[in-house]
Amino acid sequence: MSNVVLELKDVDVFYGDFQALFKVSFKVEEGMTFAFIGANGGGKSTLLRTIAGLQRPSSGHVLFHGEPVDQFPAHKRVGMGIALVPEGRRVFPSLTVRENLVIGAYGGRKGDWNIESVTELFPLLKPLMKRQASSLSGGEQQALAIGRALMSNPELLLLDEVSLGLAPVVIKRIYEAMVLLVGSGHTILVVEQDVQHVLTVADYVACFLEGKVALEGKPADLTSEAITAAYFGM
Amino acid sequence: MTVVLETTGLMKSFGGVQVIDDLSMQLHDGEALGIVGPNGAGKTTLFNLITGVYRPDAGRVTFNGKDITGLARQDRCRAGIGRTFQIPKPFSDMSVFENVLVCAAYGRSMTERASYERCVQTLELTRLSPQANQQAGTLPLLDRKRLELARALAGDPKVLLLDEIAGGLTEGEVEILIDTIKDLHREGISIIWIEHIVHALLAVVQRIVAISFGRNLIEGDPNEVMCSDEVQACYMGGTPL
Ligand SMILES: Nc1ncnc2c1ncn2[C@@H]1O[C@H](COP(=O)(O)OP(=O)(O)OP(=O)(O)O)[C@@H](O)[C@H]1O
Ligand SMILES: [Mg+2]
Repeated sequence: MSNVVLELKDVDVFYGDFQALFKVSFKVEEGMTFAFIGANGGGKSTLLRTIAGLQRPSSGHVLFHGEPVDQFPAHKRVGMGIALVPEGRRVFPSLTVRENLVIGAYGGRKGDWNIESVTELFPLLKPLMKRQASSLSGGEQQALAIGRALMSNPELLLLDEVSLGLAPVVIKRIYEAMVLLVGSGHTILVVEQDVQHVLTVADYVACFLEGKVALEGKPADLTSEAITAAYFGM
Repeated sequence: MTVVLETTGLMKSFGGVQVIDDLSMQLHDGEALGIVGPNGAGKTTLFNLITGVYRPDAGRVTFNGKDITGLARQDRCRAGIGRTFQIPKPFSDMSVFENVLVCAAYGRSMTERASYERCVQTLELTRLSPQANQQAGTLPLLDRKRLELARALAGDPKVLLLDEIAGGLTEGEVEILIDTIKDLHREGISIIWIEHIVHALLAVVQRIVAISFGRNLIEGDPNEVMCSDEVQACYMGGTPL
């Protein structure tokens, strides 16, 4: 049997009275790119936040390499090899680009990602090292947010809206990097609005609708009609 | 064709870095113009220079034939330049209606009566009327985008500047937003739209200006610009459209 890196078992998540996820279960194998698609508000970001430890399930479990990690806070999970690029370009605005990257490595693991390799992936960051993050353009902040997550040398990388505000040429680089990352044993969970694009790299896709998986499968087995129907709950 | 908005030889540097470098562009009356360029090319900064967030180190901004380079921000808004922000910040605790009302009242210093009417009209135009009484902070993303549009439209602008308004939307939602922007254009509003979702831009704009390192790179017919070697190399990364 192949190596299961991540497993969710019947995960329910609430925000107050509002239930955001309903009994979500799935398994992710090592070296896989797992894509989450679906309408906004469907629960994709909540799902990634729950895996990263920023959101607590009210019932159900998150297992990493077969062990429940429910009791570990987010920073502990970083040390275990789980890194999240959250939605909406989260960087430390008052710190420089370099400081943001250095902090990304705190509590992380040893590995190939460092300031040099991150700036090789995102050459646009190279001249900006001493700049305060709040003065960066939208796309520069997004590149920094991704770079910061890579600095922890994650085994499991969670990318929320990876291509938001990035120029096509940068998106292309990120997709190429994703292929290299999974080739070297990393596992990626990605939320993406550009369905056509993400289907070209994903091994498996799950479409979320109102907190539930409405459709899942290998890209080759999913017709675009089925995907459209899952988006709108038909 | 009358030019409604023009920048001539704009220059702007931050901390010794030349971010806008001799940038000139024109927007014709009733035109929908797209702006593309790499991350950090200076697109948002261009909007900040047009709207008066920053003053250029050199160069001019002309609106309706008048030099507005020295005008304060709120006066440019009152003169008829509206904009949306790449990272929107609505008043989350206020209702949708109140959010738009604030922009109508302050943006153009209208009478109370006129502000209300403009507000109702704006919500119709952006198809937000059903959500008028909802708290802005609870809106789903597409409606937040519509609110951003409505706030920009509240002052009844002649020119509308859109900064990556389609970012983060699903493909279906992008289609809906495209229809709304086309409606606004049909109303006679001239539009400049910065957007990285290229197919959305191509569905609306009549001309594209590509910029790189704060300089004019190439401009003209949307498809020709996007297929040009310059734009393919520095922006598209050689991917076919
Ligand atoms: N206040 C500022 N201080 C210092 N540098 C700034 C400031 N504002 C913008 N910059 C820099 O100027 C350059 C242009 O920024 P701008 O926001 O205009 O880019 P953009 O073309 O809108 O990019 P994106 O597509 O990523 O939104 C960037 O390198 C940015 O970091
Ligand atoms: Mg910008």
